[in-house]
Parts: sequence; C-alpha cells; structure tokens
Amino acid sequence: MSDTAATPPVESVLDNRRASAAIARSLKRRYRAERRFRAYGIAAVGFALLFLAFLFVDIIGKGLPAFTQTMIRLDVTLYPQDLNPEGVTNHEQLLKVLSTANYRKPIFQAITDLFPDVTSRSEQRRLLKLVSPGATFDIRKEVMEAEEAGRSIIGQRVSLLVPTSDDIDQLEKGHINADAPEAERRVSDLEIGWFNRLKERGLIETTFNTTLFTAGDSRSPELAGLWGAIVGSFWTMLVTLALSFPLAVGASIYLEEFAPKNRWTQLIEVNINNLAAVPSIVFGLLGLAVFLNFFGLPRSAPLVGGMVLALMTLPTIIIASRAALKSVPPSIREAALGVGASKVQTVFQHVVPLALPGMLTGTIIGMAQALGETAPLLMIGMIAFIVDIPSGPLDPSTVMPVQIYLWSDLPERAFVEKASAAIMVLLGFLIVMNALAVLLRKRFERKW
Amino acid sequence: MTAMRAEVMVSDEPRTAPSTANPPAFVTENVCVFYGQKQALTDVSLSINRNEVTSLIGPSGCGKSTYLRCLNRMNDTIDICRVTGDILLDGTDIYSKDIDVVHLRARVGMVFQKPNPFPKSIYENVAYGPRIHGIARGKAELDEIVHTSLEKAGLLKEVEDRLQEPGTSLSGGQQQRLCIARAVAVQPEVILMDEPCSALDPIATARIEELIDELRVNYTIVIVTHSMQQAARVSQRTGFFHLGELVECGKTEQIFTNPKDERTQGYITGRFG
Repeated sequence: MSDTAATPPVESVLDNRRASAAIARSLKRRYRAERRFRAYGIAAVGFALLFLAFLFVDIIGKGLPAFTQTMIRLDVTLYPQDLNPEGVTNHEQLLKVLSTANYRKPIFQAITDLFPDVTSRSEQRRLLKLVSPGATFDIRKEVMEAEEAGRSIIGQRVSLLVPTSDDIDQLEKGHINADAPEAERRVSDLEIGWFNRLKERGLIETTFNTTLFTAGDSRSPELAGLWGAIVGSFWTMLVTLALSFPLAVGASIYLEEFAPKNRWTQLIEVNINNLAAVPSIVFGLLGLAVFLNFFGLPRSAPLVGGMVLALMTLPTIIIASRAALKSVPPSIREAALGVGASKVQTVFQHVVPLALPGMLTGTIIGMAQALGETAPLLMIGMIAFIVDIPSGPLDPSTVMPVQIYLWSDLPERAFVEKASAAIMVLLGFLIVMNALAVLLRKRFERKW
Repeated sequence: MTAMRAEVMVSDEPRTAPSTANPPAFVTENVCVFYGQKQALTDVSLSINRNEVTSLIGPSGCGKSTYLRCLNRMNDTIDICRVTGDILLDGTDIYSKDIDVVHLRARVGMVFQKPNPFPKSIYENVAYGPRIHGIARGKAELDEIVHTSLEKAGLLKEVEDRLQEPGTSLSGGQQQRLCIARAVAVQPEVILMDEPCSALDPIATARIEELIDELRVNYTIVIVTHSMQQAARVSQRTGFFHLGELVECGKTEQIFTNPKDERTQGYITGRFG
C-alpha cells in the first residue's frame, strides 16, 4: 500500500485523481452551459414583456382619450312654432308630433345666438357643424321625457350639454395640428377661432363619455358606442355556453369513463384533437353553408354565431375535461366500486365532482377564446353595420372583436381611439375571465 | 359440486378438514387470469373458510393481488383482463350471468393498499355505502350504522366529536381504519384487504392487525401481505403464490413451520423473494 503511494501517479483511466480532475473540468463546462441557458431564458422573457408593455402602452395611450368627450353648453329656446307648428293639444298626438319634430332649428338658433357677428348663411351653417348631429337626439329626449312626465318645457329656455362634432373633439384632445397648413387639416382656421371663443366663454366642458357604454354603432364617432357589441357578445356567448358546455362535458365523460377503448374511439379521439387545430374561418364557412343556407337560420344573428363558436369551442372543452377526468386518481374510483357503487354512481358522485373545477377552467378558457373570435362571424354576416341594441339572440347584431375590426377600418381620426378603447374593454373582459379560471383552479386545487 | 368441494379441502388439509356445518365462503377452481396475451394466474384452486383470516403471501408480481381482485370482480375494470375457471361464493359462480357485480361488491368488501377515503366528511365516507344500497331507513338508522362501523374499526373514540371533518384530514393509519369502517358499513360477508398496512408505520400496523383479529369474529377476511410476520400473526390459513401459481396452502402454523414445498421453504426462510 505504502509503496504504491510513493510511486509517481500513473495516467490510467481507472485512476481516481485523473477522474476527479476530469470531473472538475467538465463541471466548469456544465455550469457555463447552465448560465448560458439561463441568460437565453431571461432574454426571451424580457423580450416578451417588452412587447407586451409596448402593446399595452400603445393601446392604452390611444384608447384612453375615447373615454372622455368634449361637450358644448347651449342655451336652447324651444319655440312652440318650431316644434309644434300646427298647435296640437291632445297629449297622445303631441307626443307623436314631438317625436318627429325638427330639433335642428332650436340648435341652429342657439349656436348662431352665440356668434351675432356671423351673419352669412353659409358661415352660419358651418357654425352648426361645431355641434354633433346627435345633439338633436339629446334635445328630443329632454323634451319627450318632460312631456311624458306632464311638465312641458316647450316655450322655455333650457341649458343643455351636447357633444361637439368629432373634429372639434379631436381638436380639443390635441390630435389635430393647428399649425399645419389649413388645406391639410379637417378643421379650418375659422372654426378654430370660433372654438377658442367658446372656450374663453367657458362653454366647453370635457365629460366622461357615457355614450361609449350606452349606444350602439354609429357613423358619427362621437355617437358610436360599444353597448350594441357588448350585448351581441353576451347573447352569442350565452348560446355558445349553452351548447358547448353540456355537449363537451357529456362527450368527455362518455369517452373517458364509459366508452370501450377500441379503434372507433381512437378515431374519434384523433378527430377531436384535429378539430382543435382547424382554422376558425373554416367553421365560419361551415356555419354559412349549413346553418344559413341549408337550415335557413337568420343572418347576422347571435344564435348562429353562438352555434358556430360552440363548434369551435367543443374540442377545447373536451380536451380540458378529459384531462381533468384523467387526473382524478384511480384509487377514488376503486374506493367507490369497492363499496358497491355502480359505474354511473362512481362517475357522477365521485369522479365528476372532483374533475369539475378542471372542466370549468377549460370551459372559461374556451369561452374567452370564443369571445375574441372574429373570422367565423364574418362569414355568417355578423359584420353588418347595426345601430340598434339587439334584444335577443335572433336580432341582427355584432360582437366586440368584430366591432373593433369595423372601427379600425373607418377613415375618421376619432375612430382610432374608439377602436383602441374597444380593445381595452375586450381585454378587460378577457382578463376577468382568465382570472376567474385561475381563481377556480387555486380554490379547488387538491392534494392527494 | 359438493364432491369437488370436499376434494379441495382434503387436498388442502388432509387431517383437519372443517366440519361440513360451516362450509367455506369462497371455493375457487382452476382460476386462470390473462392480461391480454400474458397469463398472470395459472390454475389456482383454493377455498377460503368462514370467520377465518386467510393470508396470501409471495414475492412481487406473483399474482396474489390479481387473485384477490378476482374475488369481488375488481378486475372487470381492466378492459384486457380475462378470467377463467370457477369462483364460487356460497356455491354460486360469481362470474355467471345471474350475478350482479354491484351486489357482489356489496357482499365482498375491499380495503386497498393506499388509504383512499373519499374527499368528503368522515361521516359521509362511512354513510356512503349504506346510503347507495338503501340499507338504512332514515337518519337515525344511518347514524347507528356509522357509529357501529366506526366502533368496529376502532376509530370511533378518535373521531366521535369531529365526524363532519374531511376524511382526508386524518393520519394514514386512521384513514385506513376509516376505509375499513367504510367497508364494514355495507355489512359484507367477506372483506378483502390488499396489503392494507404497506403504507403505514409499525404502530398503525399493529393497530390494524389487532383490528383484523377482532373482525374475524363476524367476517371472513382475505389479506394480501408482503410481510411474512404479519401473515403469521394475523392469519389462520396461508396461501403461498409463486409465478402465478398457488404453490401451497394450509394452516398458517404448518406453512411457516413445516412447509411441504421447497419453494415455500425458500421464501419463508428468506432465500428469495
């Protein structure tokens, strides 16, 4: 033993000193690889966060102004000869007359009263363009409500806050460069001058834009709102949920728990997985060919939209539900079978309750996906310009992502911020839904 | 039928065949089990006496659990599993068409290797079986069943004042006794136990072994175990399985002191397994 230690080290593969040195060398290399990999990972995450931040800053920066609206305060005199020229006195008839009366006249009067120095007819007409055409609806609403409540305001002078036109609104928000040559901007020097005079007199106010959340679509940006699209999305999602949840959960329970494992069920499984990868526009074409052309269901209706989206959501929910069922430990099934529970009792009293949180999570994720879907809905006509708020799943309507698509296609400068605002609202809904899914998962997470 | 049954007994225990007044609970004849093409059990013929503990021992993969799971047709849940031969419970073939598997499992309860209480309250765990079978008429009877079952499983004192707490909150040994209480609550004739102590510490194991001895008075018990000491302690009869065959079966004392087959001898003395 002692004489072998005294001899100089032999370079043999079996020598432990040589092995140790080799390990030390290779360790350095391994740690370097580890550090490199970590750096790649951090860089990738950093890039992703950077793009996300860029996206959010851009959308929020563009969209935030849409939540405010520039308003103008007008003192409107409601002359009976303007609104009720024939002097109708019967209450019912008066309401009918008032609902179709010409409310442009009082507004015209009010705005020209503010500028007594503007006398030419054509300039007066340009003056009227400072005010949104929607102002007539505001006055009408005011008059009708008062009349219905039995306290007529006809013949009185009322002070009203009405929206300015979209160009003036954009000017106030600083989106129109007043220093650019007059021919290159949508607001003339004359109009800027008038607007500044109104501002000096304190008649211009900026308020929260409630129209965005109460109105349907409109050609005038200051009158366009998201409510129609939100309600349309609601009906569509309701139909999608009502169809896809029971179908998908039923299918997954049958396939996972009851179906024999043979060539047919394998084929079905492969097809379900493939279905999840089918481009969504194809589902739209299917909806157009089958639901609209063959069954003759109404065009542009949330019912059909919901049906198409349900087809698209089915595989997502089925795959998630099957995974949830698979993750229920077999010991629970054995326990139930062992005390003499039947197959159905075992599945519905023990397995499904434990898998339900996973199924619901999958459903919410599927619904969130459907909520953001545009392409298949274009095919079945949900891209139409619809002003009315849909009152049911058979009314023509549009949905939020399609509304974004429509607005981003329009030339008016004011629709840019509208589209961004709509994106913010849609993202808000999606974040809430995903948060709900995460919460559900956390709340019902089980340890075995 | 009777002739065959007698023959089995003679071959098992030539000198001390039990009196015919107490026929065996299970009689199995030439049981073979196949998983697809693979044969897991070959010609197992064994009878299980009433109010006795029968232990099945043998090295891993020898087929003792497979055999146990034939007795309440738990193997039915495996698609590729096929069972041949006769398994008679009280003289009726449990694989015949007239036998309802749900009813069979109510008569032949089972306790598994890993404690597997339902993620429900302690009370619900025990009450579940009687409830689905409609054994109890009304809440009072159900309460009584739950209490006696927990009592029989030796768990009542520990959980009496917290019956509404989840069964999964108990310790491993308590969970296993809860599973025994759950099996007992259905009032089965036979209780099958598949390595019931393998996930438990020695103290909990001792507690369960005591319990098995007490349960023997009212139930027929078949237990699969890896521990030969456990088999020697709790059982009256022992069967030794090796490579899918029943090598030897007899009185526990005889198997452990005077085995006839040299494979049994080799296993119990620790030469393999």
